[in-house]
Amino acid sequence: MEQNTKPKKQFNVTLYLLIIPVLLWLVLLIVLPHLDLLISSFKIENDNGQMAFSLDNYIAFFKEEIYWLTFVKTAAYAIGVTVLAFVITFPIAFYLTKVISKKNAAFFILLLLIPLWVGELVTVYGWMVLLGDHGIINHFLMATGFIDEPINMLYTNFSMILGLLYMSMLFMVVPVMSTLESLDDSLIEAASDLGASKWTIFRTIIIPYSMPGIVSGAIIVFMLVIGDYLAPNILGGKSSLWFTEQIYNKFLTTFNWNEGAAFGFLLLMLSSGIIWLALKFSGQRLDKVGS
Amino acid sequence: MIRSLPNSPLYKFGYRIYVTLFFLFLVMPLIAISVLAFNDSNFIALPWNGFTLDWFFSATDEREGLFADDNLIESIYTSLTTGIIVAIMSTIIGTIAALLFEEEEFRFKGLLYFLALTPLVIPGVILGISILLSSTFAGNYVEKSFGIDLELFRPSYWLVIFGQFSFGATYVMLLVSARLKKFDRALEEAALSLKATRIQAIWYVTIPFLRPAIIGAFVVAFLLSFSNINTTIFLVGSDPTLPIDLYSRIRFSSTPVLNAISFMIVLIISIFAFANFFISRKKQDG
Repeated sequence: MEQNTKPKKQFNVTLYLLIIPVLLWLVLLIVLPHLDLLISSFKIENDNGQMAFSLDNYIAFFKEEIYWLTFVKTAAYAIGVTVLAFVITFPIAFYLTKVISKKNAAFFILLLLIPLWVGELVTVYGWMVLLGDHGIINHFLMATGFIDEPINMLYTNFSMILGLLYMSMLFMVVPVMSTLESLDDSLIEAASDLGASKWTIFRTIIIPYSMPGIVSGAIIVFMLVIGDYLAPNILGGKSSLWFTEQIYNKFLTTFNWNEGAAFGFLLLMLSSGIIWLALKFSGQRLDKVGS
Repeated sequence: MIRSLPNSPLYKFGYRIYVTLFFLFLVMPLIAISVLAFNDSNFIALPWNGFTLDWFFSATDEREGLFADDNLIESIYTSLTTGIIVAIMSTIIGTIAALLFEEEEFRFKGLLYFLALTPLVIPGVILGISILLSSTFAGNYVEKSFGIDLELFRPSYWLVIFGQFSFGATYVMLLVSARLKKFDRALEEAALSLKATRIQAIWYVTIPFLRPAIIGAFVVAFLLSFSNINTTIFLVGSDPTLPIDLYSRIRFSSTPVLNAISFMIVLIISIFAFANFFISRKKQDG
C-alpha cells in the first residue's frame, strides 16, 4: 500500500508544477481576453454614459452596407488567395521533393524561407517599391519602350492580392512538401509502368496522398490572409477595404471599442467557422495542422 | 515526372522555366529594396544616380541615415529587448506546456491542449484587441478598487510583450513537442529508478535531450516577436517597436532610409540562414 501511493504523490507535484504556468498563460491571455471581447461586443454606452446590454453593435454591422460588404469581400478574397496559393506553389513543392536531388533542394528551400523570416512588413514594402507609378517595374517597362505611360498597379486589388499571396504562399509549400516527402516514388513508377498518363497519376495518386498537407497549408494561408492588415493597408487602394482595417479604425481612429469588439468577434467566427468546415470535410484534427 | 522516370525535353524545359520564374518572383522585392538602399537619390525610385552610403551614415538634415537617426536606433533597441524577453518567456512556458501535454495525464487535457493550439488559428488582430480590452478592464478595476494606476494595463512596452508571448508560447510548444515525441521514456524511467526525483529526471535527462529544439524554438519566438505587427499595433505605447516605426514611416514619410533598414534586416537574416545551412550540411557530410 505504502509503496503504491508514494510514486503517485510525486507524480502529482510535477503535474501541478507544470500545469499552473500553462493555466496562467491560457486563462489570462487566451480565455479571459476572448470572453471580454464577447462581452464588450454586447455593450453600448447609453445616454447616461453608462454601459448597457444591447445588440446595437451587431445591428450596425448588418445595417451599414460597407461593413458587411467588406466582410463578404474579405472572406471571398481570402478563399481565392488560398486557392491561388495552392495552384502556384504545388508544382514548386513537387519539384523540390520529387524532381531534383535532396542536396540541391536544400538550397532552394533556404531561398524559400528567407522572405518568411525577413517578415511581412519588409516584403510588402518591397512590392510597394516595385509596383508604384514611379516604381521599378514601370521604370523598366518604360525604359525598354514597352509602354509610354506608367501602368497603374499599386493601390489596386491586383497589388493587394499580390501582397497577400506573397506573404502567405510559403505557408502552403512547407506542409505540402512534408507530405510529399513521405510519398513512395515506386507508387508513381508503378502507375507509369502500367501506362497511366501524368494527369491521371497527378489526380489519382499525388493529390489524394498529399491532401493532409494541402488542408493544413490551406488553413494556415486562409487564416493569415483573413487576419492580415499590412498588405491591404499598404498595397490596397481606397476601394480594396479589408475587414481588419474596419476593426483597426473602430479601435484606433473612432475609438468605438464596443462596435470594434463586435466586428472582431464576427471575424473570429468567420475564420473558425471556415477552418472547422475544412477540418470536418477532410477528417483532420487541429493538432495535425500545427505540426 | 519524378527523378527516376524519363520526361520529354519540352516538359522538363517548361517546368524549369516555371520554377525559375517563381524564385524570381520570390526574391524580386528583396533585391529591389536592397538596390535602392544604395541609390544616390532622395526618392525611393529609379533612375540609378550612382552609389552612396548616405542612407546609412549621413547625418545632414536633408539625408538622415540609419545610424544617425536616433528614433530608428531606439525602436531597433526596443524591438531587440522585446524580442529577447518574449523569446525567454515563450521558451520557458512553451517547453513546460510540451512536457505537460506529452508526459502527463489529467482531466480536461484535451480541452486545455485545444486552447493551447488556438493562437495558431486566431487572427493576430483579434488577439491584439482582446488583450487590449481585457487589460483595460483589469486596469480600470485595479484603479477603482485599490487606487493604483499600473502602466502594465495600458498600451505599453510590457503589454506588447504579453501580447506577443501569448502566441509565441504555442509555436515553442509545437517545436519542442515534435522532438519530445522522439524521446525514449526509458531514459527518464532509468533516472527515476536511480532515485532521482521527477523534477531532477526532467532537468538532467529530458531537457538536455530537448536542447536543440529549445534553442531552435527560442530563435523562432524571437523572430516572431521581432517581425510582429498585427497584434503589436493595438498594444504599443509610447515606445514603438521597429515594425511599428517602419509602418508609420511607410504611411507618412518615406525616405530611402526605409530601404537601408530593410536591407540590414534582409542581410542579417540571410547571413544567419546561410550559416545555418552550411553548418548543417557539414554535419551531414561529416
